[in-house]
Parts: sequence; C-alpha cells; structure tokens
Amino acid sequence: MKRREGLAKLTGRERYVDDLRPSVDGRGRALWAATVRSSVARGRIRSVRFDPAIDWDAFVVVDHRDIPGRNVVKLIADDQPVLAADRVRHVHEPILLLAHPSRSALRRAVRAVTIDIEPESPIFDVCVPPTPEQVQHGTDHPHQEPGQENVFKRLAVDKGDVDAAFAAAAHIVDGTYATGSQEHVYLEPQGVIAHIEGEGDDDVVVVSGSMQCPFYVQGALMMALDREAERVRVVQTSTGGGFGGKEEFPSGLAIHAALLALKARRPVKLIYDRGEDLEASTKRHPSWVRHRTALDADGRLLAQDIDIVMDAGAYVTLSPVVLSRGVIHAAGPYRCANVRIRGRCVLSNRVPFGAFRGFGAPQTLFACERHMDRIAHQLGLDPVSLRRVNLLRDGDSTATSQTIRDGSDRSAVIDQALAMAGWYEKRAAHRAFNATEPWLRRGIGLAVFHHGAGFTGSGEVYLDSRVAVAGLPDGRVEVLTAATEMGQGTITVFTQLAADRLGLPPEDVLIAQPDTARVPDSGPTVASRTAMIVGRLVERACDDLRDRLGLGPEASSGDAVRRAIIAWHEDYARREQSSRDETRDGGVATSAPPLLGQARYQAPPGVLWDDERYRGDAYGAFAWATYVAEVEVDLRTYSARVIDFVAVQEIGKVLNEVLARGQIQGGVVQGIGWALSESFVWRDGAMANAQLTNYVIPTSDDVPSIRVAFQENPYPHGAQGAKGIGELPMDGPGPAIANAIAAALDVDPCEIPLTPETLMDLIDPIVDDASPLCDADPALNNRPSATEGAHGGLIGS
Amino acid sequence: MKLLLPSALDEALDMLAASEAIPMAGGTDLMVHWPQNLDAHSRTYVDLSRIDALRGYRLGADELVLGGATTYWDVIEDAAVCEAFPMLARAARQVGAIQIQTRGTWAGNIVNASPAADGVPVLMAYDASLELVSTRGTEIVALADFYRGYKQMRRTHDQLIRAIRLPRRSYTIEHFEKVGARKAQAITKVGFALTRSEVGWRVVANSVAPTVCRCPAVEEVLTSERTVSAPEGLLPALDQDIAPIDDLRSTAAYRRRVLARVLYACLAPLCPGFGPSKTASPIPPLAGPDEPDR
Ligand SMILES: Cc1cc2nc3c(=O)[nH]c(=O)nc-3n(C[C@H](O)[C@H](O)[C@H](O)COP(=O)(O)OP(=O)(O)OC[C@H]3O[C@@H](n4cnc5c(N)ncnc54)[C@H](O)[C@@H]3O)c2cc1C
Repeated sequence: MKRREGLAKLTGRERYVDDLRPSVDGRGRALWAATVRSSVARGRIRSVRFDPAIDWDAFVVVDHRDIPGRNVVKLIADDQPVLAADRVRHVHEPILLLAHPSRSALRRAVRAVTIDIEPESPIFDVCVPPTPEQVQHGTDHPHQEPGQENVFKRLAVDKGDVDAAFAAAAHIVDGTYATGSQEHVYLEPQGVIAHIEGEGDDDVVVVSGSMQCPFYVQGALMMALDREAERVRVVQTSTGGGFGGKEEFPSGLAIHAALLALKARRPVKLIYDRGEDLEASTKRHPSWVRHRTALDADGRLLAQDIDIVMDAGAYVTLSPVVLSRGVIHAAGPYRCANVRIRGRCVLSNRVPFGAFRGFGAPQTLFACERHMDRIAHQLGLDPVSLRRVNLLRDGDSTATSQTIRDGSDRSAVIDQALAMAGWYEKRAAHRAFNATEPWLRRGIGLAVFHHGAGFTGSGEVYLDSRVAVAGLPDGRVEVLTAATEMGQGTITVFTQLAADRLGLPPEDVLIAQPDTARVPDSGPTVASRTAMIVGRLVERACDDLRDRLGLGPEASSGDAVRRAIIAWHEDYARREQSSRDETRDGGVATSAPPLLGQARYQAPPGVLWDDERYRGDAYGAFAWATYVAEVEVDLRTYSARVIDFVAVQEIGKVLNEVLARGQIQGGVVQGIGWALSESFVWRDGAMANAQLTNYVIPTSDDVPSIRVAFQENPYPHGAQGAKGIGELPMDGPGPAIANAIAAALDVDPCEIPLTPETLMDLIDPIVDDASPLCDADPALNNRPSATEGAHGGLIGS
Repeated sequence: MKLLLPSALDEALDMLAASEAIPMAGGTDLMVHWPQNLDAHSRTYVDLSRIDALRGYRLGADELVLGGATTYWDVIEDAAVCEAFPMLARAARQVGAIQIQTRGTWAGNIVNASPAADGVPVLMAYDASLELVSTRGTEIVALADFYRGYKQMRRTHDQLIRAIRLPRRSYTIEHFEKVGARKAQAITKVGFALTRSEVGWRVVANSVAPTVCRCPAVEEVLTSERTVSAPEGLLPALDQDIAPIDDLRSTAAYRRRVLARVLYACLAPLCPGFGPSKTASPIPPLAGPDEPDR
C-alpha cells in the first residue's frame, strides 16, 4: 500500500504548524512568541532589565509569576522549571516569554532584555567528581553514601558470580568507549500554536503543534496551568520528523505558548528557527562505557562487568529511562552466565539531554560491539566466530535473566548479512587493496545486536493504552488512537491493519488526527511501540467492532461489515426517532453516539519483571540484527567514507516493505552521521556549532547504497506478528563502522564520532599533544574514578 | 531594507558614490541568517541584476573576461570556458548546490572575502586581476594583491567589480582540491588550487589563513625543484605561508597537516623531486589483519 499522506508531502501541500494561521475569532491578531534565555550555565538571577528604548506596552511579557499551577514541566522528576525563577542551570534555559504581532520587533525585543545572573560554578564533565559547591542534586539526603552527588539515577543488574568467573578466566579484556551527543535534525523545527476557546471558568486552552505525544503535552499543561483535562485540549499537527526530539520537549513549548495566550487572550504562535532549535532542544546523551570481560581459552564469555555513565544535562528529563534501556542492552545479544552492570546518569550544566531514537541502547551497543572486536583482536579470533560462539540460543537468558525462547534463528541473520556483504571475499580483496594503494585503506566491520520493542518491563501495563475503532454512518470506519504520524508511516500502517482486519478497502478506513478531545490515550509514539503494540490494539478494536455488530471474529466479508455498520446506524436513527416521538420533548437531536469497537492493553501472559532488582522479562520481544559496513579511509584527509552497507534484521513480520525499508535506510543514514561527522563544539555546555553548515549531517552524496533484508518470525502479540523496528538502524551503524575503520587501519577506535580530526589523532598522533584517546593503562579501568578522570576530555567541553 | 534597482552601470555607480549603499549580486552571502541579522535590515542595497554591463563574459584569444555578475552556472554551462579554464568549473561545481551555483557570482565570492571561498583560489591560481570601477574612474588590481587582512580589501565602498580578467596561458598542471566535512554542501576546511605555466608555479590555499592566500614559500620549493620525500617535508615551507586556526569547523593542526598531505599527494606523481626515497615510504606500511578468516 502506498503512503496515504505521501502525495501531499511530496507536493508541498501538507500543512505543518508554521503554515497554519491561528484562528482569530474576534480576539484580535495572532501574536508571535519568543523566548528570552539564560546566557550563563549556572547561577542566580539577580535582575531582569528592560531597555526603556522599547515600548514594552506593545508586548505581552510572561515570567514565572504568571504560571497558575506548578512551575515544572511534568515528567519523571518534575524538576525542570517552565521558566527559571531565581536560578538557572544551563545556557539557553528559558526565563522570560514575549509575544508581539511582528517577528522582527520580537527579535529586537529579545535583545533588549538584560538578565543579570550571578554565575556559580558549573559542571561540564560528569566524569570528574563535583566539588561541594557544584552539587546541585542529591543534597536533600546529606548523609547518603558518597558518590550520590548529582546522580539522577543508578541502576544495577546482577547475574551469577562475576568475581568468581574472573578468578577462573583464561583471558580478561578491558576497554572504555565513548559516544558523543547527537541532534535529531528533524526537518521541521519545534513549533506550537496556543489559543483559548470560550470564556471564564469554562474556557479551554487549545494547543496544536508538532509533537509525538499529545497526552504528555496535555498532562504537562494541566500541571503547569492547574487545569482539568476537560479544559486542556492538545492536537497534533502534521509533524515533520521527531526521532524522540518531540517526545518530551514540546511540553515546555506548549506551556510557554499557552501562558502567553492566556495572558494576551489571543492566539500565540511559537516556532523555533533552526538555530534556536539546535541550541535549546534536547539531544542524545553522551556516554562512557567501560567493559571488563572474562573469557575462557576458546573465547566463550565467562563474565561481563560493565560500567555506564551518561551525561544527563541540567534536568532529569527522561534520563532514567534512557539509562534503563542502555543498561538492559549493554551486554549485547550474548550468552553469559555472570553479568554485572552498573549504570548512572549524572547532572551537568549542559542543555538537558533527552529522548533520541534508540534511547540509550545505541550508546551501550556501540561499546559492546566495539569491545567484541577488541576481544577478537586480543585473543586472535575471527570477529564473526567470536560472536557466533557466544550468540544467544533459545533457552539461554539475557543479562536481566530473561529467557529467550522465540524460535528465531539468530545465526541465520548473521549468515545472510555476511553473504549479502560478501564479507570473506571483501576481507581478502581489502588486504590486496591496502597493500598497493598509497593513500586509501579499506576495511569491513560488523555489529550483531538486538533491540527490545515497546516500553521496558511493566511500562506497557502502566500505560494502560486504549484504542477505539468507530463505525461511521456511511459504512466507513475511523481508527482513533493517540499514535502520531511523523514521517514513519503510522497512518498507512494503521490503515492497512484495520483494512485487513475488517476486509475493507483502505479508502474506507479513516485515521483520526490525534486530538486529546477525540481520541483515547493509546500511549506515546515512542520506543517502536506503535505498529507492534498500538497496531495490535487496533486489530483487537476491529474485532470488538465486529462483535458489537454481531459478526463473528472472522468469516464475514468487508461488504458484510460495511452493511452491518450502515444497518446499525439506520436502526439507531429509527430508535432515536421513535424515542423522540414518544417523549415529544421537541428537543435538539443529539448527534449519534458512535458505534465503537474498543481495546485495552493486556500484557502477554507469563511476562514477569522485577523493577527492584532489574530482573526478568525486560521486553515482550526483541528484534535481532546484523549490520555490515564497508569503509574507505583517505589517508590524505583522514576522512572515512562508508562505501557499502548491509542491514539484515529479524523483525517478526514486515507490515509494509517500503516503509520498513525506509525506516532502516533512514536510520542507517542517521547512524552514519553519528558515527562519522556529527560532532559538537561545546561552549559553556551548549552547542556552539548550532548551524547546519557546522553541524554536519550526511548528504545523499555521503551515504552508500544501503542494502536491507528482513527475516520474519511472527511475534504472537504484535500486529500481524510484527515487532518494533524503528530504533534498530540507530544501534548498528556506529559499531559496524568503527569496526570497519579498525580493520582498515589496524587501529582501535574507542569513541565516536570518528571525524577526520579524531582519526588523524588516532592514525598519526601528535606526540606532544598529550590527550589520550583511549586509556593506555588497563589498571586504571579497575578504579572508576581514575578511569573517569582519564576520559574526562573525550568530548571536551 | 531598502533596495535600489538601477538599470545601468552609471546609475549604480552614482548610487554607490552618493551613499553607503551595498551592492547585491546573487545575495547568497548577504542574505545568510537574514532574520537574525537585524542590523542588516536597516541598510540600503543596490541590486546589480539588471545591469547588462555586468552580465555575460567573453572568452578571447588572450584572456577570459568574467563580468561583475557572472555566475558559477554561467561557467559550468559553457564548454569552451570549461576547457580553457577547467579549474573554474571544478570549483564552481563544489559551491553549495545548483540553487547557489545559479545565483552566486564570482565577484560576490571575491568581495565577501571569506577565507574559505572556493571561487577565489582558482581565480588567483589563474592570475586573475580585477577591474574596479567607480564614478572616480577605473582601477586594475591583481587578485593576489586584493586582500589585506581578514575581510579587508583594496576596494572602497563605492567601487564595483566590473570584470575579472584571466590571462590565457598554457598550463601543464591545474589542480583544485576542496576538503570539506562532507561531500557536498560543505564549507571548505582546507583546500588549494595549483597551476604551472610559462610564468611558473602558483599555489593558492584557502581556509588556512585570514584570507585566501598565495603560498610563495611552497612555490619556491617547487620552482627550485627541491626533493620532498614525505608530506611532512612541505611543512617548513607551508608554515611560512599559512596561519591556520581552530574554529567551529576544524583545528589548526588538522588544516596544517592535511594541506601538506593533499598537496604532496597531488604533486608526488607530477614532480620528479617528490616521492618516497628508496628507503622510506611516505605512509608506513600497515600491518594488515592477517588472521585466518574462518
Ligand atoms: C547554502 C549556501 C552554500 C554555499 N556554499 C558555498 C561554497 O561551497 N563555497 C563558497 O565559496 N561559497 C559558498 N556560499 C557563499 C556564496 O554563495 C558565494 O560566496 C557566492 O559566490 C556569493 O555571490 P553572490 O553573488 O550571491 O554575492 P552577494 O551575497 O550578492 O554579495 C556578496 C558580497 O559581494 C559584494 N558584491 C557582489 N557583487 C559585487 C560586485 N560586482 N562588485 C563589488 N562588490 C560586489 C556584496 O556587496 C557583498 O559584500 C554558499 C552560500 C550558501 C547560502
């Protein structure tokens, strides 16, 4: 099936939030909004001065005192202010909001506000223990164990007896790996429109905009504005990409626009331009992961000891959950009886990091898969054989002791990837090429990995997602969910699922625009849960609709369904008429109550998760993948280029081949950028290279053909057997590319992005430039604080 | 923003002489970050697009004359010009993408005076000179002498580039190299243009000094045919010619070393004095991964 909204997007007819003209309904012109931000990474706000040269009466000005409810952006910890009141914790933190009919007047006004901030000692390197005056979190328990300062969340996974296994090991291999941050670079920057409907105690705040999770936004508005759900309505507008960047971040924007609209009693449009979006929005968490691995003489994993540090930035945002997914994926898709994982996410005074495609797993899988190659190198083993020997088989258990028994043939995924890539032929060809070429070096590398889809552990149960499918009077159906289309194909896939389930042609299926006043809360559009989990609910809601129509769960054709829906409505109208005739109250005809099929999430049987001990069934299903990258490094410029890429994955069931391929290819491009070019220049904890000329995402010229293959092993609890796929392609490219570079140059890269500048230092280190890329002394690895010290400079602020 | 629309060169020159107005050709530099560039909004601009005298270009027996409003695309599209001055087209194709190539002009590239400009190095390596006109008269300045410091030029605000003149010579070597952070839509991190003709060597580097610059010390190494057996052998000369810095796009160390390497890699096959001595290889041979595959 073709993408339903594809033509509108292709021809530019699709309207995004910036294309919309806020309805004015007699309240005067709509206003533009702008945000006045901190220029200091940490400090106390002393004063706010308004340049008298500007006529401030023409502006709507909002600060923290205008917030009717709590001054927090509702999320896990409720620690992030909507508008800083007396202290700031990062550069670009919002302090003041302005609105005015003219955008350029606003830009001038922003510059005419001077915020005087008394600076306090900031933290830009989470690997260095804070000084007492740098402690900003964890101070409420002064007697807690040392090392808790500024730690937002700690997680621990324990399995078996790690120390005993190390004592008996034939080999011990150490490594510390670092990954940089990453910006989402969705095509459409952040933006919302807020307006007020009605008057007085019945007025409703309506926010429309570019977002992934309308109900998160609604919840945040309710808390900050102190309003009931009925008086806050959130509508998702056509969204030009999210990648996690529109999961939690739009909540803040929505509150900002709503505060201005409430004060102005006029519609307010708040649209970030690219520079502001790059500077102020959340990004991927930078990470440092240390592996210490015990192996037997044949290269079998005996124990994995893994330490993870993530920089959370100035506020908690979603960091604990990002850390969680990182921790759970850190040991890779391997069998190992003894595992110890320690993870923590730590406050810094950088712009807060947040949700980003893969959600912590790409970071820890980079470390895991780079480390597997290091192990192979140190033990003199073939990197493929090392992975095969240790690969999870049915009946084995993961690090969290989740028994894998899905019948998936994981080694067939490896086989297909190697065959498609021509792995063995290329390795031989590269040896010959590298021996004769003066300036070019080629190499090939792989990554074997897994990704759990849906919320972690009991998360899906807490979400308690609901979906409805309405039968309309003309016989068509409308699917009502909160799942948002942001380019990934939700509309198309839900159309397909409902059409298949009811036997209807796709044009008879409507997909409701996510609007909190109309759709049930089917949970956020994140974590690759839309097709797998919400899609399954769509199927069940279709079944429920059949039931209500008195049709069996299968058998009846689409025509029968359509006829039954129409008949139901005719019958309903007749009954309405006769009851009206009876009562003769002559009142207004109520609109027909919808004919609804409904479904509510039910956990698959036998899924058990212990959140205290971090043990058990972390995910209902994992997708399994092997990615192979071939690179060419130009020794003149030290630049690496991916010249071939193969991505093979077992994803349960391919619902739509074109969309699935697009997800993988697009994700791989994003992964190539993360691995090679998307480096940050940090200044005071904020992005200094906040321009798309200086933050370098790949162009179509920089990516090779990306060859994609799928294997299918239907997952009984996913829609038509599907598992999540959206995050997989973010996990594999980083390590596969770094491993290919390692093979091409016989180097041991420990960090990404491997920009030409980084590769230069790796290939031809400048001796007097004493900034080690990887710790030379493995003994340091046993002392976390020393290790951290050694790695503090890796992503240099 | 105030935009003046002269239809003849004299009219434009009068406007420039009478005020602080700024010439605008393609606008691809002037309009960058326009919404944020609030100070620029209150200025007056003189649009050059209707002035016939600046448009067009002429390839004669002795020289190529580009107009003050000739675009990259004009050059790319003209087979004769591409053949006579191949580096022009090579550089032009690396400027932005087609949208920019069709609007952006050679003169705009020169007067914008970015150290990273891609058009300037090739023009300079072809010994281009500029015809500057104002109501006060005409002046000819060699492009190599045009820049005096970062964004400093031998041009008064009332002068327009009417023409860019490139003498025709018999070139035995013409090479342009752009190293950017990606293959397209990139600002040069380090680059050079290099020619050899009857008048000798020209080596011009960009993004390694406050202005695009000739590299006389490197030219001297080539003229005197000194032996250079590895990229590092060029560094002593380069260090006299360039002054790279760390910025948002790269580092001084990278720019210096990579310029030496791309220059060396270009020259090694062309110059007898270049290349590894019998004992040392330019790049240490790598220990290939030799372990058995299965
Ligand atoms: C997306 C994008 C990508 C780009 N990529 C590249 C790139 O890869 N390489 C590169 O070098 N540049 C690049 N540029 C910069 C720009 O396109 C070039 O410098 C271009 O040559 C400028 O020409 P213009 O006619 O647009 O100049 P304008 O913006 O019109 O003017 C630039 C300056 O020149 C002056 N000027 C123009 N014409 C004359 C004249 N006849 N006499 C006197 N003064 C004059 C103007 O007053 C102004 O100061 C890029 C720009 C953009 C927006």
